[in-house]
Amino acid sequence: MAQQPLELILARQFADSLNIAVFLVDPAGNLLFYNESAEGILGIRFSETGSMPVNEWSSVFTPTDVQGKRLPPEGLPLVQTLSTQKPAQGSFYIESKKGQRYLITVNSFPISGKPDRYLGAMALFWKIELP
Amino acid sequence: MKITVWGCRGSLPSPGPEKIIYGGNTSCVQVELKNTLIVLDGGSGIQRLGSHINRDITEVHIMLSHLHIDHTMGLGFFLPLYNPNVTVHMWGPATSEESLLQRLRRYFSPPLFPVRLSELPKHPVIHELHDSTFDIGEINIKTNYICHPGPTLGFRLQYKDSVFAYMPDHEIPLGAPNFPNEPEWTSGYDIAKDADLLFHDSQYRPAEYASRVGWGHSSIEDTLAFAKLCRVKKLALFHHDPMHTDVQLNQLHADFIANRNFDFEVGLCAEGNVYELG
Repeated sequence: MAQQPLELILARQFADSLNIAVFLVDPAGNLLFYNESAEGILGIRFSETGSMPVNEWSSVFTPTDVQGKRLPPEGLPLVQTLSTQKPAQGSFYIESKKGQRYLITVNSFPISGKPDRYLGAMALFWKIELP
Repeated sequence: MKITVWGCRGSLPSPGPEKIIYGGNTSCVQVELKNTLIVLDGGSGIQRLGSHINRDITEVHIMLSHLHIDHTMGLGFFLPLYNPNVTVHMWGPATSEESLLQRLRRYFSPPLFPVRLSELPKHPVIHELHDSTFDIGEINIKTNYICHPGPTLGFRLQYKDSVFAYMPDHEIPLGAPNFPNEPEWTSGYDIAKDADLLFHDSQYRPAEYASRVGWGHSSIEDTLAFAKLCRVKKLALFHHDPMHTDVQLNQLHADFIANRNFDFEVGLCAEGNVYELG
């Protein structure tokens, strides 16, 4: 397998070091990595899922809006970033693989290397504790 | 390809009687193939190279792995730059904002240096590189950004089936928590894989590296593991710490290389070493 670009290698290392949930994808949207904090929210270890294409990860955790209506892939910030190569933000519900429903806020941004190489995207997300 | 070492010291020129064997000049490596002349890095070693170059040469390609001063400090003393009959090409890493030409002008200007690039008899031709592949003569060259502070390139030079890889400044394990087990996630892997000869940073002993994480260099143990991961045929340890004397480098060899079995040849680079590939 070919080596990933340095920026993605360092992004994965950065993600692995954080206690904030992080999801890392390549330019085509293929899942490359999510960290331990993301595993806690998604309810499944990365070593169990491995890489997934965008159409799989964008639906497998059943994203829904506040009314419970299913969100299409293009409604997810990370998918928006993949198509626009711009940062995006949003809040929605997901269902973990352990059956728990969480409201999360997602901030996604493109990973752009020098001098102008689009290499993928990263999403940081948090559970929102409802009062 | 004929590969000659004109400087393999890291960080700072450090000549002296205690550094006769390995030399004190900073990074500079000459690669020759027929009429093609490539110079990897412009450290202090490039000054001697410039005075030994074939006078009939009309074109030189200087490839800068990065612009730290130990890799550029010799450029102004490279005689072909003052010969109007020689076209000098300078290749180096691209950044997002400032061009390579602008960054090179910082060195070629007072107070660092009295001669400006524009005052040379023939202005060098500047080329920016990133994750690139191209040919010079019959040599195919691949470059990738590698892990070191500031934009830094590794070089993979291939002629027919022979591959020479050059990564003088490279901190391998920084982005690879599972090193040395995942080639896909190891900086520099695509540059070094299956190389016949790898020149690689090995500035520190493991104990020294522990207090220098993030400085951009590798320990000898990590470099040996990297060479094994990449299945190289020959490893030449490069970028010797300026504080390490010949005695200490020989001791490094005794402690980490002698009496161990490797799948590849391994030795310490020394100024004046010549390697032939192909």
